[in-house]
Amino acid sequence: MDAKVLVNAAYFAVAVVFILGLKAMSSPLTARKGIVWAGYAMIAATVVTFAWPGMANYGLMAAAIAIGGAAAWWSGKKVAMTDMPQMVAIYNGMGGGAAAAIAALEFARGEVHDPLVTTLAVIGSLIGSVAFSGSCIAFAKLQGIMEKTYRLPAQNGVNVVLAVVAVALGAYIVGNPGDTTALLAFYGLALFLGVILTTPIGGADMPVVISLLNAFTGLAVGFEGFVLGNPALIVAGIVVGASGTLLTQLMAKAMNRPIANVIFTPMTGAAAGGGEAVTGTMKETSALDAASMMRFGSKVIVIPGYGMAVAGAQHKVWEMAQLLEEAGVECVFAIHPVAGRMPGHMNVLLAEAGVPYDKILDLEEINADFPQADVALVIGANDVVNPVARTDKSSPIYGMPILDADRAQNCIVIKRGKGAGYSGIENALFYTDNCRMLYGSAQQAIAEIIHHIKTMEEA
Amino acid sequence: MEGFLYLYVFMLAAFTGYEVIARVPVILHTPLMSGSNFVHGVVLVGAMVALGAADPDDPLQLAIGFFAVLLGAANAAGGYVVTERMLGMFQSKKKGGA
Repeated sequence: MDAKVLVNAAYFAVAVVFILGLKAMSSPLTARKGIVWAGYAMIAATVVTFAWPGMANYGLMAAAIAIGGAAAWWSGKKVAMTDMPQMVAIYNGMGGGAAAAIAALEFARGEVHDPLVTTLAVIGSLIGSVAFSGSCIAFAKLQGIMEKTYRLPAQNGVNVVLAVVAVALGAYIVGNPGDTTALLAFYGLALFLGVILTTPIGGADMPVVISLLNAFTGLAVGFEGFVLGNPALIVAGIVVGASGTLLTQLMAKAMNRPIANVIFTPMTGAAAGGGEAVTGTMKETSALDAASMMRFGSKVIVIPGYGMAVAGAQHKVWEMAQLLEEAGVECVFAIHPVAGRMPGHMNVLLAEAGVPYDKILDLEEINADFPQADVALVIGANDVVNPVARTDKSSPIYGMPILDADRAQNCIVIKRGKGAGYSGIENALFYTDNCRMLYGSAQQAIAEIIHHIKTMEEA
Repeated sequence: MEGFLYLYVFMLAAFTGYEVIARVPVILHTPLMSGSNFVHGVVLVGAMVALGAADPDDPLQLAIGFFAVLLGAANAAGGYVVTERMLGMFQSKKKGGA
Protein backbone atom coordinates (compact mmCIF):
# COMPACT_ATOMS: atom_id res chain seq x y z
CA MET A 1 0.00 0.00 0.00
CA ASP A 2 2.75 2.43 0.99
CA ALA A 3 4.59 1.95 -2.26
CA LYS A 4 1.42 2.74 -4.17
CA VAL A 5 0.89 6.01 -2.29
CA LEU A 6 4.48 7.00 -2.90
CA VAL A 7 4.28 6.24 -6.61
CA ASN A 8 1.02 8.16 -6.92
CA ALA A 9 2.52 11.12 -5.08
CA ALA A 10 5.43 11.05 -7.53
CA TYR A 11 2.99 10.96 -10.47
CA PHE A 12 1.23 14.01 -9.06
CA ALA A 13 4.49 15.95 -8.87
CA VAL A 14 5.38 14.81 -12.38
CA ALA A 15 2.06 16.09 -13.76
CA VAL A 16 2.65 19.50 -12.16
CA VAL A 17 6.18 19.72 -13.59
CA PHE A 18 4.93 18.76 -17.07
CA ILE A 19 2.42 21.61 -17.03
CA LEU A 20 5.00 24.10 -15.73
CA GLY A 21 7.44 22.81 -18.36
CA LEU A 22 4.96 23.37 -21.18
CA LYS A 23 4.25 26.83 -19.83
CA ALA A 24 7.97 27.61 -19.79
CA MET A 25 8.33 26.27 -23.33
CA SER A 26 5.90 28.87 -24.65
CA SER A 27 8.30 31.76 -23.95
CA PRO A 28 11.70 32.13 -25.69
CA LEU A 29 13.45 33.11 -22.46
CA THR A 30 12.47 30.02 -20.46
CA ALA A 31 11.92 27.43 -23.21
CA ARG A 32 15.18 25.59 -22.66
CA LYS A 33 14.55 25.29 -18.92
CA GLY A 34 11.05 23.97 -19.65
CA ILE A 35 12.20 20.96 -21.65
CA VAL A 36 14.93 20.13 -19.14
CA TRP A 37 12.42 20.16 -16.25
CA ALA A 38 10.04 17.97 -18.22
CA GLY A 39 12.94 15.65 -18.98
CA TYR A 40 13.75 15.14 -15.29
CA ALA A 41 10.05 14.59 -14.59
CA MET A 42 9.92 11.91 -17.27
CA ILE A 43 12.93 10.10 -15.82
CA ALA A 44 11.38 10.29 -12.33
CA ALA A 45 8.06 8.93 -13.62
CA THR A 46 9.80 6.02 -15.36
CA VAL A 47 11.93 5.13 -12.34
CA VAL A 48 9.13 5.21 -9.75
CA THR A 49 6.95 3.05 -12.01
CA PHE A 50 9.36 0.16 -11.37
CA ALA A 51 8.25 0.40 -7.73
CA TRP A 52 4.57 -0.09 -8.64
CA PRO A 53 3.51 -3.08 -6.51
CA GLY A 54 2.58 -6.43 -8.04
CA MET A 55 4.23 -6.07 -11.41
CA ALA A 56 6.03 -8.78 -13.38
CA ASN A 57 8.15 -8.99 -16.54
CA TYR A 58 10.80 -6.51 -15.34
CA GLY A 59 13.49 -7.96 -17.61
CA LEU A 60 11.40 -7.53 -20.73
CA MET A 61 10.41 -4.04 -19.61
CA ALA A 62 14.00 -2.90 -19.07
CA ALA A 63 15.05 -4.40 -22.42
CA ALA A 64 12.25 -2.59 -24.28
CA ILE A 65 13.12 0.74 -22.63
CA ALA A 66 16.82 0.29 -23.39
CA ILE A 67 16.28 -0.64 -27.05
CA GLY A 68 13.50 1.87 -27.83
CA GLY A 69 15.10 4.68 -25.87
CA ALA A 70 18.60 4.17 -27.23
CA ALA A 71 17.46 3.84 -30.85
CA ALA A 72 15.38 7.02 -30.65
CA TRP A 73 18.06 8.92 -28.73
CA TRP A 74 20.67 7.99 -31.29
CA SER A 75 18.51 8.80 -34.32
CA GLY A 76 17.40 12.09 -32.76
CA LYS A 77 21.00 13.14 -32.10
CA LYS A 78 22.22 12.16 -35.52
CA VAL A 79 19.53 13.68 -37.72
CA ALA A 80 20.17 17.01 -39.48
CA MET A 81 18.28 20.08 -38.26
CA THR A 82 16.49 20.24 -41.60
CA ASP A 83 14.98 16.78 -41.05
CA MET A 84 13.43 17.65 -37.68
CA PRO A 85 9.80 17.78 -38.87
CA GLN A 86 9.70 14.15 -39.92
CA MET A 87 11.41 13.09 -36.69
CA VAL A 88 8.71 14.83 -34.66
CA ALA A 89 6.15 13.04 -36.84
CA ILE A 90 7.65 9.59 -36.34
CA TYR A 91 8.20 9.89 -32.57
CA ASN A 92 4.65 11.16 -32.28
CA GLY A 93 3.40 8.17 -34.26
CA MET A 94 5.22 5.84 -31.85
CA GLY A 95 3.41 7.43 -28.91
CA GLY A 96 0.08 6.83 -30.66
CA GLY A 97 1.08 3.25 -31.38
CA ALA A 98 2.01 2.72 -27.74
CA ALA A 99 -1.40 4.04 -26.61
CA ALA A 100 -3.19 1.71 -29.02
CA ALA A 101 -1.03 -1.22 -27.92
CA ILE A 102 -1.86 -0.57 -24.24
CA ALA A 103 -5.55 -0.95 -25.03
CA ALA A 104 -4.84 -4.06 -27.13
CA LEU A 105 -3.00 -5.59 -24.18
CA GLU A 106 -5.88 -4.81 -21.82
CA PHE A 107 -8.26 -6.52 -24.26
CA ALA A 108 -5.92 -9.52 -24.60
CA ARG A 109 -5.81 -9.86 -20.81
CA GLY A 110 -9.61 -9.98 -20.83
CA GLU A 111 -9.72 -7.52 -17.96
CA VAL A 112 -11.93 -4.86 -19.57
CA HIS A 113 -15.61 -5.40 -18.79
CA ASP A 114 -17.01 -2.09 -17.56
CA PRO A 115 -18.79 -0.39 -20.51
CA LEU A 116 -17.36 3.06 -19.70
CA VAL A 117 -13.79 1.76 -19.51
CA THR A 118 -14.26 -0.31 -22.68
CA THR A 119 -15.61 2.72 -24.52
CA LEU A 120 -12.60 4.81 -23.49
CA ALA A 121 -10.23 1.98 -24.46
CA VAL A 122 -11.88 1.70 -27.88
CA ILE A 123 -11.77 5.48 -28.51
CA GLY A 124 -8.13 5.62 -27.40
CA SER A 125 -7.25 2.71 -29.70
CA LEU A 126 -8.97 4.28 -32.68
CA ILE A 127 -7.30 7.67 -32.23
CA GLY A 128 -3.94 6.15 -31.32
CA SER A 129 -3.93 3.82 -34.34
CA VAL A 130 -4.85 6.65 -36.71
CA ALA A 131 -2.05 8.78 -35.20
CA PHE A 132 0.40 5.88 -35.58
CA SER A 133 -0.22 5.00 -39.22
CA GLY A 134 -0.90 8.62 -40.21
CA SER A 135 2.40 9.77 -38.70
CA CYS A 136 4.26 6.97 -40.49
CA ILE A 137 2.84 8.24 -43.80
CA ALA A 138 3.73 11.83 -42.88
CA PHE A 139 7.27 10.66 -42.07
CA ALA A 140 7.55 8.78 -45.38
CA LYS A 141 6.39 11.83 -47.33
CA LEU A 142 8.70 14.32 -45.63
CA GLN A 143 11.63 11.92 -45.83
CA GLY A 144 11.02 11.60 -49.56
CA ILE A 145 10.35 7.84 -49.39
CA MET A 146 6.86 8.47 -50.68
CA GLU A 147 6.84 11.28 -53.23
CA LYS A 148 3.35 11.42 -54.61
CA THR A 149 0.01 12.23 -53.10
CA TYR A 150 -2.54 9.63 -54.10
CA ARG A 151 -6.18 10.48 -54.13
CA LEU A 152 -8.96 7.95 -54.59
CA PRO A 153 -12.02 8.79 -56.61
CA ALA A 154 -14.71 9.85 -54.12
CA GLN A 155 -12.03 9.96 -51.43
CA ASN A 156 -14.20 11.88 -48.96
CA GLY A 157 -17.02 9.35 -49.30
CA VAL A 158 -14.60 6.48 -48.71
CA ASN A 159 -13.16 8.26 -45.64
CA VAL A 160 -16.58 8.82 -44.13
CA VAL A 161 -17.74 5.23 -44.79
CA LEU A 162 -14.54 3.80 -43.28
CA ALA A 163 -14.81 6.06 -40.24
CA VAL A 164 -18.45 5.09 -39.70
CA VAL A 165 -17.63 1.37 -40.01
CA ALA A 166 -14.73 1.78 -37.55
CA VAL A 167 -16.99 3.53 -35.03
CA ALA A 168 -19.72 0.90 -35.46
CA LEU A 169 -17.18 -1.88 -34.96
CA GLY A 170 -15.92 -0.05 -31.87
CA ALA A 171 -19.47 0.15 -30.53
CA TYR A 172 -19.86 -3.61 -31.10
CA ILE A 173 -16.63 -4.26 -29.19
CA VAL A 174 -17.95 -2.26 -26.22
CA GLY A 175 -20.75 -4.84 -26.03
CA ASN A 176 -18.47 -7.82 -26.77
CA PRO A 177 -14.96 -7.04 -25.53
CA GLY A 178 -13.89 -10.69 -25.89
CA ASP A 179 -14.48 -10.99 -29.65
CA THR A 180 -10.95 -11.42 -31.06
CA THR A 181 -12.00 -11.29 -34.72
CA ALA A 182 -13.83 -8.01 -34.20
CA LEU A 183 -10.82 -6.59 -32.33
CA LEU A 184 -8.42 -7.55 -35.12
CA ALA A 185 -10.73 -6.08 -37.76
CA PHE A 186 -11.09 -2.92 -35.66
CA TYR A 187 -7.35 -2.34 -35.31
CA GLY A 188 -6.75 -3.15 -38.97
CA LEU A 189 -9.43 -0.70 -40.03
CA ALA A 190 -8.19 2.03 -37.67
CA LEU A 191 -4.63 1.72 -39.02
CA PHE A 192 -5.91 1.79 -42.59
CA LEU A 193 -7.98 4.87 -41.80
CA GLY A 194 -4.83 6.72 -40.68
CA VAL A 195 -3.10 5.83 -43.96
CA ILE A 196 -5.98 6.82 -46.18
CA LEU A 197 -6.60 10.11 -44.35
CA THR A 198 -2.97 11.23 -44.61
CA THR A 199 -2.02 9.99 -48.08
CA PRO A 200 -3.81 12.68 -50.13
CA ILE A 201 -2.45 15.53 -48.01
CA GLY A 202 0.65 17.36 -49.12
CA GLY A 203 2.39 20.66 -49.49
CA ALA A 204 1.67 23.49 -47.12
CA ASP A 205 -0.94 21.39 -45.29
CA MET A 206 1.67 19.00 -43.88
CA PRO A 207 2.51 21.01 -40.71
CA VAL A 208 -1.14 21.22 -39.77
CA VAL A 209 -1.51 17.47 -40.15
CA ILE A 210 1.52 16.69 -37.98
CA SER A 211 0.20 19.04 -35.31
CA LEU A 212 -3.25 17.46 -35.52
CA LEU A 213 -1.81 13.95 -35.19
CA ASN A 214 0.21 15.19 -32.20
CA ALA A 215 -3.01 16.33 -30.54
CA PHE A 216 -4.58 12.95 -31.44
CA THR A 217 -1.80 11.06 -29.70
CA GLY A 218 -2.21 13.25 -26.62
CA LEU A 219 -5.91 12.42 -26.48
CA ALA A 220 -5.26 8.71 -27.03
CA VAL A 221 -2.72 8.72 -24.18
CA GLY A 222 -5.25 10.52 -21.96
CA PHE A 223 -7.97 7.95 -22.72
CA GLU A 224 -5.64 5.03 -21.99
CA GLY A 225 -4.83 6.81 -18.73
CA PHE A 226 -8.52 6.48 -17.82
CA VAL A 227 -8.43 2.78 -18.75
CA LEU A 228 -5.39 2.13 -16.56
CA GLY A 229 -6.56 4.50 -13.82
CA ASN A 230 -3.27 6.38 -14.13
CA PRO A 231 -3.67 10.13 -13.44
CA ALA A 232 -0.21 11.05 -14.82
CA LEU A 233 -1.27 9.76 -18.23
CA ILE A 234 -4.67 11.42 -18.00
CA VAL A 235 -3.34 14.86 -17.14
CA ALA A 236 -0.32 14.86 -19.46
CA GLY A 237 -2.31 13.31 -22.33
CA ILE A 238 -5.28 15.65 -22.13
CA VAL A 239 -3.12 18.75 -21.61
CA VAL A 240 -1.20 17.85 -24.78
CA GLY A 241 -4.44 17.03 -26.57
CA ALA A 242 -5.83 20.48 -25.77
CA SER A 243 -2.65 22.47 -26.40
CA GLY A 244 -2.05 20.50 -29.59
CA THR A 245 -5.55 21.34 -30.78
CA LEU A 246 -4.93 25.03 -30.08
CA LEU A 247 -1.61 24.89 -31.91
CA THR A 248 -3.31 23.21 -34.88
CA GLN A 249 -5.93 25.95 -34.93
CA LEU A 250 -3.25 28.66 -34.81
CA MET A 251 -1.55 27.11 -37.82
CA ALA A 252 -4.75 26.56 -39.75
CA LYS A 253 -5.70 30.17 -39.06
CA ALA A 254 -2.36 31.36 -40.39
CA MET A 255 -3.23 29.66 -43.67
CA ASN A 256 -6.85 30.71 -43.62
CA ARG A 257 -7.81 27.08 -44.20
CA PRO A 258 -10.24 25.50 -41.75
CA ILE A 259 -8.96 22.18 -40.38
CA ALA A 260 -11.83 20.36 -42.11
CA ASN A 261 -10.60 21.71 -45.47
CA VAL A 262 -7.10 20.48 -44.81
CA ILE A 263 -8.41 16.95 -44.41
CA PHE A 264 -11.24 16.87 -46.91
CA THR A 265 -10.04 19.10 -49.75
CA PRO A 266 -6.28 18.68 -49.86
CA MET A 267 -4.23 20.99 -52.07
CA THR A 268 -3.23 18.80 -54.95
CA GLY A 269 -2.42 19.36 -58.59
CA ALA A 270 -5.76 17.84 -59.50
CA ALA A 271 -7.63 20.25 -57.25
CA ALA A 272 -5.60 23.11 -58.68
CA GLY A 273 -6.74 22.21 -62.18
CA GLY A 274 -9.82 24.32 -61.62
CA GLY A 275 -7.75 27.48 -61.23
CA GLU A 276 -7.29 30.01 -64.01
CA ALA A 277 -4.45 29.35 -66.40
CA VAL A 278 -1.39 31.50 -65.72
CA THR A 279 -0.10 33.40 -68.73
CA GLY A 280 3.29 34.90 -69.50
CA THR A 281 6.79 33.50 -69.41
CA MET A 282 9.34 32.88 -66.69
CA LYS A 283 12.43 35.04 -67.12
CA GLU A 284 15.78 33.62 -66.12
CA THR A 285 18.59 35.61 -64.52
CA SER A 286 22.18 34.94 -63.45
CA ALA A 287 23.84 34.94 -60.05
CA LEU A 288 25.86 37.99 -61.11
CA ASP A 289 22.74 40.01 -61.97
CA ALA A 290 21.08 38.93 -58.75
CA ALA A 291 24.17 39.88 -56.74
CA SER A 292 24.44 43.36 -58.25
CA MET A 293 20.72 44.01 -57.94
CA MET A 294 20.92 43.37 -54.20
CA ARG A 295 24.37 44.88 -53.57
CA PHE A 296 23.36 48.21 -55.11
CA GLY A 297 19.88 48.33 -53.67
CA SER A 298 18.98 49.79 -50.29
CA LYS A 299 16.59 47.17 -48.90
CA VAL A 300 16.44 43.42 -49.45
CA ILE A 301 13.79 41.12 -47.99
CA VAL A 302 14.71 37.43 -47.90
CA ILE A 303 11.84 34.92 -47.98
CA PRO A 304 13.12 31.46 -47.09
CA GLY A 305 11.11 28.30 -47.72
CA TYR A 306 11.40 24.53 -47.79
CA GLY A 307 14.00 24.76 -50.59
CA MET A 308 16.41 26.48 -48.21
CA ALA A 309 15.80 23.76 -45.63
CA VAL A 310 16.40 20.95 -48.13
CA ALA A 311 19.64 22.54 -49.38
CA GLY A 312 20.75 23.29 -45.79
CA ALA A 313 21.60 26.78 -47.08
CA GLN A 314 20.73 28.79 -43.95
CA HIS A 315 24.38 29.48 -43.03
CA LYS A 316 25.21 30.66 -46.54
CA VAL A 317 22.09 32.84 -46.61
CA TRP A 318 23.09 34.52 -43.36
CA GLU A 319 26.64 35.02 -44.67
CA MET A 320 25.16 36.72 -47.74
CA ALA A 321 22.90 38.90 -45.57
CA GLN A 322 25.89 39.99 -43.46
CA LEU A 323 27.87 40.91 -46.58
CA LEU A 324 24.94 43.01 -47.80
CA GLU A 325 24.64 44.71 -44.41
CA GLU A 326 28.34 45.55 -44.47
CA ALA A 327 27.78 47.14 -47.85
CA GLY A 328 25.05 49.29 -46.31
CA VAL A 329 22.05 47.36 -47.64
CA GLU A 330 19.26 46.76 -45.15
CA CYS A 331 18.56 43.03 -45.18
CA VAL A 332 15.74 41.35 -43.24
CA PHE A 333 14.05 37.95 -43.25
CA ALA A 334 10.32 37.53 -43.80
CA ILE A 335 8.82 34.34 -42.40
CA HIS A 336 5.44 33.04 -43.47
CA PRO A 337 3.71 31.20 -40.59
CA VAL A 338 3.64 27.94 -42.54
CA ALA A 339 6.85 28.25 -44.57
CA GLY A 340 8.68 24.95 -44.62
CA ARG A 341 7.05 21.83 -43.33
CA MET A 342 6.20 23.03 -39.82
CA PRO A 343 5.29 26.39 -38.32
CA GLY A 344 8.44 28.01 -37.00
CA HIS A 345 10.56 25.65 -39.15
CA MET A 346 12.34 28.62 -40.76
CA ASN A 347 12.83 30.39 -37.42
CA VAL A 348 14.60 27.32 -36.07
CA LEU A 349 16.91 27.06 -39.08
CA LEU A 350 17.75 30.77 -39.08
CA ALA A 351 18.39 30.64 -35.33
CA GLU A 352 20.78 27.76 -35.99
CA ALA A 353 22.66 29.91 -38.50
CA GLY A 354 22.88 32.72 -35.92
CA VAL A 355 20.43 35.26 -37.37
CA PRO A 356 19.33 37.66 -34.57
CA TYR A 357 15.63 37.76 -33.62
CA ASP A 358 15.16 41.38 -34.72
CA LYS A 359 16.10 40.53 -38.31
CA ILE A 360 13.29 37.95 -38.51
CA LEU A 361 9.86 39.40 -39.16
CA ASP A 362 6.36 37.95 -39.27
CA LEU A 363 3.92 38.29 -42.12
CA GLU A 364 1.99 41.11 -40.43
CA GLU A 365 5.16 43.02 -39.57
CA ILE A 366 6.73 42.90 -43.01
CA ASN A 367 3.98 42.94 -45.62
CA ALA A 368 3.59 46.74 -45.68
CA ASP A 369 7.35 47.09 -46.35
CA PHE A 370 7.50 45.18 -49.64
CA PRO A 371 6.78 48.19 -51.91
CA GLN A 372 9.85 49.92 -50.40
CA ALA A 373 12.10 46.92 -50.96
CA ASP A 374 14.42 46.89 -53.96
CA VAL A 375 14.59 43.11 -54.01
CA ALA A 376 12.49 40.34 -52.53
CA LEU A 377 14.71 37.24 -52.61
CA VAL A 378 12.59 34.08 -52.53
CA ILE A 379 14.68 31.03 -51.60
CA GLY A 380 12.83 27.80 -52.25
CA ALA A 381 9.45 29.11 -51.16
CA ASN A 382 6.46 28.78 -53.44
CA ASP A 383 2.87 28.59 -52.25
CA VAL A 384 3.43 31.20 -49.51
CA VAL A 385 4.25 33.89 -52.10
CA ASN A 386 1.70 32.91 -54.74
CA PRO A 387 -0.43 35.99 -55.52
CA VAL A 388 -3.34 33.87 -56.81
CA ALA A 389 -4.18 33.42 -53.11
CA ARG A 390 -5.32 37.07 -53.27
CA THR A 391 -6.92 37.12 -56.71
CA ASP A 392 -8.18 33.76 -57.95
CA LYS A 393 -11.30 32.58 -56.15
CA SER A 394 -11.18 29.17 -57.82
CA SER A 395 -7.67 28.42 -56.53
CA PRO A 396 -7.42 25.97 -53.63
CA ILE A 397 -5.19 28.40 -51.75
CA TYR A 398 -7.53 31.40 -52.27
CA GLY A 399 -7.76 33.42 -49.06
CA MET A 400 -4.50 32.21 -47.54
CA PRO A 401 -2.48 35.22 -46.35
CA ILE A 402 0.73 35.44 -48.37
CA LEU A 403 3.96 37.41 -48.28
CA ASP A 404 3.54 40.16 -50.89
CA ALA A 405 6.80 39.48 -52.72
CA ASP A 406 5.15 40.56 -55.98
CA ARG A 407 4.81 44.10 -54.60
CA ALA A 408 8.56 44.56 -54.20
CA GLN A 409 10.38 46.56 -56.91
CA ASN A 410 12.10 43.38 -58.07
CA CYS A 411 11.72 39.77 -57.18
CA ILE A 412 14.36 37.06 -57.51
CA VAL A 413 13.31 33.46 -57.07
CA ILE A 414 15.87 30.75 -56.40
CA LYS A 415 14.34 27.47 -57.43
CA ARG A 416 15.61 24.06 -58.45
CA GLY A 417 13.49 23.61 -61.56
CA LYS A 418 10.63 25.00 -63.56
CA GLY A 419 7.96 22.73 -62.10
CA ALA A 420 5.05 23.74 -59.92
CA GLY A 421 5.45 23.74 -56.13
CA TYR A 422 4.90 20.91 -53.68
CA SER A 423 1.16 21.49 -53.78
CA GLY A 424 1.17 21.35 -57.58
CA ILE A 425 -0.32 24.82 -57.96
CA GLU A 426 1.16 27.10 -60.65
CA ASN A 427 2.70 30.22 -59.12
CA ALA A 428 1.60 33.44 -60.86
CA LEU A 429 4.46 35.34 -59.19
CA PHE A 430 7.03 33.62 -61.41
CA TYR A 431 5.34 35.04 -64.52
CA THR A 432 5.10 38.67 -63.41
CA ASP A 433 7.20 41.33 -65.17
CA ASN A 434 9.41 42.22 -62.20
CA CYS A 435 10.26 38.64 -61.33
CA ARG A 436 13.46 36.82 -62.36
CA MET A 437 14.21 33.15 -61.87
CA LEU A 438 17.60 31.86 -60.70
CA TYR A 439 17.68 28.10 -61.22
CA GLY A 440 19.80 25.85 -59.04
CA SER A 441 20.00 24.52 -55.50
CA ALA A 442 19.81 27.23 -52.84
CA GLN A 443 23.21 26.25 -51.48
CA GLN A 444 24.98 26.64 -54.80
CA ALA A 445 23.05 29.72 -55.96
CA ILE A 446 23.73 31.64 -52.74
CA ALA A 447 27.40 30.61 -52.83
CA GLU A 448 27.68 32.13 -56.31
CA ILE A 449 25.93 35.30 -55.22
CA ILE A 450 28.30 35.61 -52.25
CA HIS A 451 31.25 35.16 -54.59
CA HIS A 452 30.01 37.95 -56.87
CA ILE A 453 29.28 40.33 -53.99
CA LYS A 454 32.81 39.77 -52.63
CA THR A 455 34.29 40.44 -56.06
CA MET A 456 32.34 43.71 -56.21
CA GLU A 457 33.72 44.73 -52.82
CA GLU A 458 37.29 44.14 -53.97
CA ALA A 459 36.82 46.06 -57.18
CA MET B 1 -19.42 9.31 -8.99
CA GLU B 2 -15.88 8.22 -9.80
CA GLY B 3 -16.67 8.47 -13.50
CA PHE B 4 -17.72 12.07 -12.98
CA LEU B 5 -14.55 12.86 -11.07
CA TYR B 6 -12.57 11.67 -14.08
CA LEU B 7 -14.76 13.84 -16.28
CA TYR B 8 -13.84 16.86 -14.15
CA VAL B 9 -10.15 15.97 -14.40
CA PHE B 10 -10.59 15.74 -18.17
CA MET B 11 -12.27 19.15 -18.36
CA LEU B 12 -9.75 20.92 -16.13
CA ALA B 13 -6.79 19.37 -17.93
CA ALA B 14 -8.25 20.45 -21.27
CA PHE B 15 -8.62 24.07 -20.14
CA THR B 16 -5.14 23.99 -18.64
CA GLY B 17 -3.63 22.78 -21.89
CA TYR B 18 -5.41 25.50 -23.81
CA GLU B 19 -4.45 28.32 -21.42
CA VAL B 20 -0.88 27.28 -20.80
CA ILE B 21 0.24 27.85 -24.39
CA ALA B 22 -2.26 30.56 -25.34
CA ARG B 23 0.37 33.25 -25.81
CA VAL B 24 3.08 31.33 -27.64
CA PRO B 25 5.00 33.34 -30.29
CA VAL B 26 5.22 31.91 -33.83
CA ILE B 27 8.97 31.44 -33.43
CA LEU B 28 8.34 28.72 -30.82
CA HIS B 29 5.59 26.81 -32.63
CA THR B 30 7.85 24.00 -33.83
CA PRO B 31 9.76 23.52 -30.58
CA LEU B 32 6.51 23.63 -28.62
CA MET B 33 4.92 21.01 -30.86
CA SER B 34 8.00 18.91 -30.35
CA GLY B 35 7.91 19.55 -26.60
CA SER B 36 4.28 18.52 -26.27
CA ASN B 37 5.18 15.47 -28.36
CA PHE B 38 7.74 14.66 -25.67
CA VAL B 39 5.24 15.18 -22.83
CA HIS B 40 2.80 12.61 -24.21
CA GLY B 41 5.77 10.25 -24.15
CA VAL B 42 4.57 9.65 -20.58
CA VAL B 43 2.58 6.90 -22.32
CA LEU B 44 5.75 4.92 -21.51
CA VAL B 45 4.62 4.79 -17.88
CA GLY B 46 1.24 3.39 -18.92
CA ALA B 47 2.89 0.84 -21.18
CA MET B 48 5.14 -0.28 -18.30
CA VAL B 49 2.15 -0.71 -15.98
CA ALA B 50 0.29 -2.67 -18.67
CA LEU B 51 3.28 -4.91 -19.41
CA GLY B 52 3.80 -5.40 -15.68
CA ALA B 53 0.30 -6.80 -15.41
CA ALA B 54 0.63 -9.07 -18.47
CA ASP B 55 0.57 -12.83 -17.98
CA PRO B 56 4.24 -14.00 -18.10
CA ASP B 57 3.13 -17.28 -19.74
CA ASP B 58 1.21 -15.69 -22.61
CA PRO B 59 3.56 -14.83 -25.50
CA LEU B 60 0.91 -12.66 -27.23
CA GLN B 61 0.43 -10.45 -24.18
CA LEU B 62 4.17 -10.19 -23.68
CA ALA B 63 4.70 -9.28 -27.33
CA ILE B 64 2.07 -6.53 -27.31
CA GLY B 65 3.37 -5.19 -24.00
CA PHE B 66 6.98 -5.25 -25.21
CA PHE B 67 5.90 -3.39 -28.35
CA ALA B 68 4.03 -0.78 -26.27
CA VAL B 69 7.00 -0.10 -23.96
CA LEU B 70 9.39 0.00 -26.93
CA LEU B 71 7.28 2.59 -28.75
CA GLY B 72 6.64 4.59 -25.59
CA ALA B 73 10.35 4.73 -24.74
CA ALA B 74 11.15 5.84 -28.31
CA ASN B 75 8.50 8.57 -28.11
CA ALA B 76 9.93 9.91 -24.85
CA ALA B 77 13.65 9.67 -25.72
CA GLY B 78 13.30 10.89 -29.31
CA GLY B 79 10.92 13.68 -28.35
CA TYR B 80 13.36 14.92 -25.71
CA VAL B 81 16.46 14.88 -27.89
CA VAL B 82 14.80 16.67 -30.80
CA THR B 83 13.20 19.36 -28.60
CA GLU B 84 16.38 19.90 -26.61
CA ARG B 85 18.42 20.31 -29.80
CA MET B 86 16.00 22.86 -31.24
CA LEU B 87 15.79 24.91 -28.06
CA GLY B 88 19.54 24.61 -27.50
CA MET B 89 20.06 26.63 -30.65
CA PHE B 90 17.88 29.44 -29.38
CA GLN B 91 19.86 29.42 -26.16
CA SER B 92 23.38 29.60 -27.58
CA LYS B 93 22.26 32.25 -30.04
CA LYS B 94 20.92 34.41 -27.23
CA LYS B 95 24.24 34.38 -25.42
CA GLY B 96 26.13 35.28 -28.55
CA GLY B 97 23.71 38.04 -29.49
CA ALA B 98 23.44 39.67 -26.07
